[in-house]
Amino acid sequence: LQLDFWREPRGPGQPVDIRVPFSSLQALKVHLEANAISYSIMIEDVQALVDEEKKEMLRSRSGLPLTTNTFDYSTYHTLEEIYSFMDLLVAENPNLVSKVEIGRSTENRPLYVLKFSTGGTNRPAIWIDTGIHSREWVTQASGVWFAKQIVQDHNNNQGVAPILDNMDIFLEIVTNPDGFAYTQTQNRMWRKTRSRHSGSLCIGVDPNRNWDAGFGAAGASSNPCSETYHGPYANSEPEVKSIVNFVKSHGNIKAFVSIHSYSQLLLYPYGYTTTPAPDQKEL
Amino acid sequence: SAAMELEASGAVGGRVAALATGYLGYRRGGPGRGLELRSLRRARRQDVCDVGHKYYLELELQDIQDKDSTISCTAEVLYHLGTKSLAPDVQVTLQGELREAEEEEKEFYNRIRSLDKELVAENIPDSHGHVPPEMEPIFLLARAASGYVIWQNSTENTKFQLAQIKEVKQVKRSDEYLEFDYMILLHEMVSQEIIPWQMRVLWHPQHGVQVTQDKRQPKHPSG
Repeated sequence: LQLDFWREPRGPGQPVDIRVPFSSLQALKVHLEANAISYSIMIEDVQALVDEEKKEMLRSRSGLPLTTNTFDYSTYHTLEEIYSFMDLLVAENPNLVSKVEIGRSTENRPLYVLKFSTGGTNRPAIWIDTGIHSREWVTQASGVWFAKQIVQDHNNNQGVAPILDNMDIFLEIVTNPDGFAYTQTQNRMWRKTRSRHSGSLCIGVDPNRNWDAGFGAAGASSNPCSETYHGPYANSEPEVKSIVNFVKSHGNIKAFVSIHSYSQLLLYPYGYTTTPAPDQKEL
Repeated sequence: SAAMELEASGAVGGRVAALATGYLGYRRGGPGRGLELRSLRRARRQDVCDVGHKYYLELELQDIQDKDSTISCTAEVLYHLGTKSLAPDVQVTLQGELREAEEEEKEFYNRIRSLDKELVAENIPDSHGHVPPEMEPIFLLARAASGYVIWQNSTENTKFQLAQIKEVKQVKRSDEYLEFDYMILLHEMVSQEIIPWQMRVLWHPQHGVQVTQDKRQPKHPSG
């Protein structure tokens, strides 16, 4: 039967622990039952534990986080580490957090949004995005921190917990993953997407000038080589189009917050005009 | 015409304040001391016929290394009409005394003078925003010197800030001055451009900072 004794037989009345190869399982059960020997299962599948441990060891060697409690929130992380964090947060909080892929970037990276929800169907929701300008690293880092904070608030019934009673929160941490990867490997100061549009020598569109609100108006450039290039047309960038599609199909987004860094300013609509928005006072 | 009150938190006020701060940094900054804008209290603008636009500012500055150490100042900035090659006229008056930086500057001076090989360094701060302590004076010197470049190249539609030292190389000298060749990155807020700029900087504890040569560089060829 090729039984592997983890606790050897020591005499009558003493328990014995055995690792049983799958192929011998039935035969051993039959034998024990036929001889009225009681048994219980301590570990259902040893191989699964071994595999998990191997994965964890590989992860810790490669620097990937093991839990969102041991994750270092005070340092910048790679795209891989942030995506790993998201999966961990979902795995640790399956009843609160889920991950939605809303599209793909120009370079085919997945665009992930975390959904925080305590239930309901298509509840009114708040949207938050970070990292739309890839060089603003503190914003992606903040997004990671927000995600953990939302979970902690919910667990401790404080902070944003009351919001989650009636609303969902959608959080896109790496809104411009191509740009982010580029800042990590090639140019720390890269801001735009990494799209190529015909007829231009320069790469990238400023995703925050690509929205269909006052498109091409003041504050944006029609020069493809400019840092504020608005793109050939509104929503030309898949990173932006994916968000637009998501928001439109959701139909119940009540607040839309986009996080940027370096200014210490709170801005409200609309960026292309000095005329105050109708609800300026409330904002 | 009469001076018109501006919104102190508005975009224009911010640009003029950044220019005045850069100018002051050049005049009074050095490897032992850096000043940054804490708040713009008041801004007024006056159109001077056939000359340009004059701004009157009331600012509060803080010491980069000790943010609780603040100083008030007033500034007058005249942006000249038309011609692009004329730098704005800037006058800054401090209301109070700046912290003494003599000891730190002397220490830095002696340290560099006693090096076996000329100093070479890059990426200050690094990608994580970190400046190694021994590089702090090199960074502050660049900040002071960049104030000159900012002053010389500012218009009412620009707002420059030093983003990073890409590379710095000490230049060997036979006299008592220290000289550094810097390649810096300036961030221009309105266009969001990151502009490489080369500058030659002379410094001496008793003679302050001097930019002897500077040149805007072509943009990073990253496509």
